[in-house]
Amino acid sequence: MTEILFFVFAAVAVGGAVGVVVGRNPMASLLFMVATLASTAGIFVLLEAHFLAAVQIIVYAGAIMVLFLFVIMLLNLGHEYEQDIRSDVAMIVGFAVTGGIGGLLARQLGGGTTGLETNLGAGEAIDVALREYGAVGAIARPLFTDYVVAFELTGILLLVALVGALVLAKKAS
Amino acid sequence: MLGETLVVAGLIFVLGTLGMIVRRNAIIMFLCIELQLNAVNLTFVAFSRYVGIEGQIFVFFVMAVAAAEAAVGLAIIISIFRHYETVNVDSFNLLKW
Repeated sequence: MTEILFFVFAAVAVGGAVGVVVGRNPMASLLFMVATLASTAGIFVLLEAHFLAAVQIIVYAGAIMVLFLFVIMLLNLGHEYEQDIRSDVAMIVGFAVTGGIGGLLARQLGGGTTGLETNLGAGEAIDVALREYGAVGAIARPLFTDYVVAFELTGILLLVALVGALVLAKKAS
Repeated sequence: MLGETLVVAGLIFVLGTLGMIVRRNAIIMFLCIELQLNAVNLTFVAFSRYVGIEGQIFVFFVMAVAAAEAAVGLAIIISIFRHYETVNVDSFNLLKW
């Protein structure tokens, strides 16, 4: 069952990514992106990261994608069907770079993941934390103890981004 | 499950890179950056089963940075659109040498 679900989510995720790249209409690309994000959240659930799956749906698919949607509608780009794929040279460069990265990744993954799956204790520790503290507590405990400085800095980053976005998008007076 | 997830993440990352290079619509280029970030998130979560809960915490930070980046980037796109009336990146050539 898990395997079947995983392959369904994986197919939707990769298909959605293809749709984002080839979609003529920005609105269609955005909806394909939402499909990719939602099925990635499904894969997160299969990997026992329930909190992140919820955050992925609420923050990514819910908030960030709606922000993109607002901008597409504000700039009135929804009915834009003009060709915006680059020239042939850029296509060749794009496929060469992409092929290079893909080849490197395939070569690394071709060696198998047996060496990486040795530390099975980590997964069991996560399962114990999930049972003991729940899906949120398992992440919240290390987040508010070991990584509290980074967490506070993330808050400052979001504040700076908020002010910066306001200043940039405001009409010049 | 680790190997299969890494393959999916690699495919999504590569497609994001391709879209970033090939497309000219600034908003779709931003969506492709989000695709790449999402692929990396998937890798982090897959490895968290074998490294520890830290992988999931980094995903949390990546999401916060992605939100900040989307807000600022879209504000830049809006302010450029006011000037050029287009989001095609080939039209923004003021800094071109």
